[in-house]
Amino acid sequence: MIAPAITGIAIFTLYPLIDLIRLSFMKIDLMDDTQSHFIGIDNYKEVFARPDFYQTLWNTVIYTIAVVGLITSFALILAVWLNSKKGKFNSTVQAFAFLPHITSIVSISLIFLWMMEPSFGLFNYVLGVLGLPPSKWLESSSTAMGCIIGVSTWKEVGFDTLIFMAALQGVPPELYEAADLDNAGKVRKFFNITIPLISPQLFFVIIIRTIASFKVFDTVRLLTEGGPANATKTLVYAIYQEALFNVRIGYSAVYGVVLLVIICLLTIVYFKMLAKKVYYQ
Amino acid sequence: MQHGVSGAVSKTIGIIVKVILLLIFSFPFFWMISTSLQTLNEVNTTTPTFIPKVPQFQNYVSAWFFGPGLWSFLKNSVVIVASVIALQLVIMVPAAYAFARYEFRFKGVLFGLVLLALMMPTQITFLPIYLMMSKWELINTLWPQIIPFMTDAFSIFLLRQYFMQVNQELIDAAHIDNCNEFDVMTKIMLPMAKPAIATIILFTFVGHWNDYFWPFVMTNNDAVRTLPLAIAEMKSMEGLSNWNIIMAGNCIMVVPIIIIYCFTSKQIIKSFAYSGIK
Repeated sequence: MIAPAITGIAIFTLYPLIDLIRLSFMKIDLMDDTQSHFIGIDNYKEVFARPDFYQTLWNTVIYTIAVVGLITSFALILAVWLNSKKGKFNSTVQAFAFLPHITSIVSISLIFLWMMEPSFGLFNYVLGVLGLPPSKWLESSSTAMGCIIGVSTWKEVGFDTLIFMAALQGVPPELYEAADLDNAGKVRKFFNITIPLISPQLFFVIIIRTIASFKVFDTVRLLTEGGPANATKTLVYAIYQEALFNVRIGYSAVYGVVLLVIICLLTIVYFKMLAKKVYYQ
Repeated sequence: MQHGVSGAVSKTIGIIVKVILLLIFSFPFFWMISTSLQTLNEVNTTTPTFIPKVPQFQNYVSAWFFGPGLWSFLKNSVVIVASVIALQLVIMVPAAYAFARYEFRFKGVLFGLVLLALMMPTQITFLPIYLMMSKWELINTLWPQIIPFMTDAFSIFLLRQYFMQVNQELIDAAHIDNCNEFDVMTKIMLPMAKPAIATIILFTFVGHWNDYFWPFVMTNNDAVRTLPLAIAEMKSMEGLSNWNIIMAGNCIMVVPIIIIYCFTSKQIIKSFAYSGIK
């Protein structure tokens, strides 16, 4: 009964993982496979010697830290706030905040690309109305990464809000009533009751979001194609570029292995947390 | 009295913040629809038009006839999403059932494999799969967009959760009534797992309908590409000035989803919340 499912995993997860590691030690000739041969760690040496490798890694880390930080804090505030009073207005806000999560990244990227267009885009018009100088948004290396982070935050904040709101349902209201008797302020209640009680979900959301952010590709490809001057080039963009654009399979595999190692480390943290949570219950 | 005034003030601030939030999340969609109905002159000007004077519905006709025609991409999207859903249901239900109800050799190791599949993103596995598909000469067919998704670890998890909750006495009673295992699975288990199956269909639909990465790296021919790729291509082909046509294409892809969402947002949100906590 499980044979088809396990076959699928073996062919499309297990085999590719092993093959990716093998490829990273090979010089691959796609035209003539007999020319492909083992070259040891040469691909690694060459990739690690390139300055743009470190820029790519750094861009990915910056993106991840910013996106995880922004989404988690906005989502927490939004969830606590929307949860405090139930009503039609609140659920409308929630429904709208969630809509981008189920909308294609292509369509969201195109809408923002249009709004951030430097000459006729809406954002520069708004800046002009406010008496501010126009920005080049995605077309300047100093602002492009910020714009991509902004678009990702806008798209995904509604999802994390939803998870936090569900977690808040599990906090017993008596705790807040007790805190009210002690005249505890809103901020104290948030840090001393809310945060500790939803901390399991909080950790999971942060780790899942971190893993997802390390894999960023779609927004980069659609909004900037890694530019200007590699300012927004990320790990997965490099994997794609080396594999399908420069056709340097070995290099691409090295970038892939780097991402694999990062995701494995994060996954280990994730399962450690999971074990702890089970233990405490 | 003091309390009443500050209460009213904080209530007003709350309403203002909510209106701003609503605008932040809805305005880009409004802007997409508005742009899709504007003339090129209304689009390419430094003073933007918010409500087009005469709605330009012919933009939708231009978008519809983009490339080989959007229907060709739409057809690919439908075929791929429907096949993936069907394939997953046929393969995931028995697998999840076995993991939930039976003891067998290597169960732990095999379940470990499922966990591995759950954590490994397609961004890591695509290169070897691409090479494999090109060796099998399947690039430029729909297959690379369907068969790699025959197993979905998340679906196994969700279904297994439901199957484990089913009362053993119910199954024993069914066995006494001469039901075989297949009957137990289809007549007792499946009806009870309906919410999980609905969730799996929803997630697979949303995930594959919207997906950009996989069809992008697995295809190099319009004949096998999906709707999101067509819309993304419109941008590079139409040049950067025809935003009205691009947004019309965008609307063709997004508005049906928004309409469905308007009627079912409560259930959709519930499904996502449930699976997120697990």
